[in-house]
Amino acid sequence: MLLAMDASRPPLPDGLVAIVKRDCPTCVLVAPVLVDLAGRTGLTVYTQDDPTFPDEVASVDDTDLSVSYHHDIEAVPTLLRVEGGREVERAVGWHRGDWEALTREDSLGPELPEWRPGCGSRSVDPDLVPKLRARFESGTLHARRVALAPLEDEIEAAYQRGWSDGLPLVPPTEERVLAMLSGTTRKPDEVVAVVPPDLVECSVEKVAINAVMAGCAPEYLPVVLACVEAACTDTFNMHGLLATTMPTAPVIVVNGPIRRRIGMNSGMNVFGQGNRANATIGRALQLVVRNVGGGRPGEVDRATFGNPGKLSFCFAEDEEGSPWTPLSTDLGAQPGVDTVTLFPGEAPRSIVDQLARDPESLARTLAANLRTLHHPKLVMAFDVLLAIGPEHVRVFREAGWSKAQLVERLHALLQIPGVELVRGADGMAEGLPEAVKDATLPKFRPGGILVVHCGGGAGLFSAMIGGWVTGEMGSQPVLQEIRP
Amino acid sequence: MSDVRDEPRVLLDPTGERELATRPRLPRLESLEGRTVGLLDISKARGDLFLDRLESHLRDRGANVKRYRKPTFTKPAPRDLRQQIAVECDAMVEALAD
Repeated sequence: MLLAMDASRPPLPDGLVAIVKRDCPTCVLVAPVLVDLAGRTGLTVYTQDDPTFPDEVASVDDTDLSVSYHHDIEAVPTLLRVEGGREVERAVGWHRGDWEALTREDSLGPELPEWRPGCGSRSVDPDLVPKLRARFESGTLHARRVALAPLEDEIEAAYQRGWSDGLPLVPPTEERVLAMLSGTTRKPDEVVAVVPPDLVECSVEKVAINAVMAGCAPEYLPVVLACVEAACTDTFNMHGLLATTMPTAPVIVVNGPIRRRIGMNSGMNVFGQGNRANATIGRALQLVVRNVGGGRPGEVDRATFGNPGKLSFCFAEDEEGSPWTPLSTDLGAQPGVDTVTLFPGEAPRSIVDQLARDPESLARTLAANLRTLHHPKLVMAFDVLLAIGPEHVRVFREAGWSKAQLVERLHALLQIPGVELVRGADGMAEGLPEAVKDATLPKFRPGGILVVHCGGGAGLFSAMIGGWVTGEMGSQPVLQEIRP
Repeated sequence: MSDVRDEPRVLLDPTGERELATRPRLPRLESLEGRTVGLLDISKARGDLFLDRLESHLRDRGANVKRYRKPTFTKPAPRDLRQQIAVECDAMVEALAD
């Protein structure tokens, strides 16, 4: 095995090298062989736990596990052949034939059994790995270090430095950030996006730090990275969405197999609390905007009301239970590809219809509710993300309605006479200029109704998530593939 | 009893680490006479009314006035526009509206 040379990696001496620990019965078993080899050809023994082991060989102390960690020792005993400073052969555990082949010696340990498996190397002990990673790899992290005073509480320190969204943060230690970075194949210093409003270049490492603080597990990191990429596009216009007085913010829909791999919720209480991935992925994006981009409420964030989803609004689509195509493929993704879709949305609003059993009746209920989005007399300005619940989708499935059919019907039902929309109509000053009085206008632009299937199995409900100013002047939904 | 931990606890800075060094403001203009003042309309409703009034006041005081307009109030001014204003004007007023 040839490993990339690394300046921080301790070199190995040429010849035979063994890595052992006294705590391993197989290492104790082969101790006489090590003594034998030391006498025959020369051998360097590194011990992970007790530098006096084996008793009759002058071994090298590797209790700090520096050699074991850097040379990827996974089990002990491991026997290596090193030439010119490079490992050229490796045997793991005790196998007489392998050891004899590697050492070019015969009659090794004639009294020993033919084969014994080794034990786990201390350098891969799950309890030690985070510490070892921090000790040996923290040099790959470039973020400014913030040293806490001896008696300073870590949680309070994060509040005082202005990093928090109001809830406690997981302290971003080197150990935790390195563990987070193990969730992606991307390099820590790779630039992910330029984050508004301050337009700061944001590295994978900075995203990882904020993901740690949000409470993410490392396997969520690729999803968070995709969210940051999507949010920082000109199409999504995170700056405007942040600065607006309207109560809208990124709403994240996750599609593809990754939903289940990381245990996301697409069912009961889908917009609610209780699922780690749902709760922390959206939070991580918001923390990146806050901390890296400098987007804070009361500053560039001018929301009049905001909404609770600005802490985190992230959920998965129930693809398995849906008769329809997922949102991701509606927006152009290939089936089965992991994606996030960012929608500039407000809080979800319930749509109740417990009596409709035919699709036309239910479509009318949905249209009547959609008509009221932001104001019944404002049209073509906002998109909507319509979440159809399982008991409502059943009505459409049983009638054979496709998603496209439903959307087409909703657009047809939402053609509104201008006379109902003009200023003053219905006794309301809000509305459109008098000039549209004789026209018929659609509530939504073409493509402005996005449909997703999610929610619990009981309840004849759907939900609508209203958008912000749509089109090139505002924000448009953005589909982003999730890369490992 | 010692509750002081033996290792210093270090966190990684989650922020954009923007330089804190302040940039000095440009000196105030001594007079508006003969100077060029840019008026930036951010494309919000009735911003133009405000700027029209401002323009007449500025002209009364001897200033040259140049008008600029952002394509949309929802996005920052394009870089080219910012540079054009910086090159062409001695001072600038940005109008919010509504």
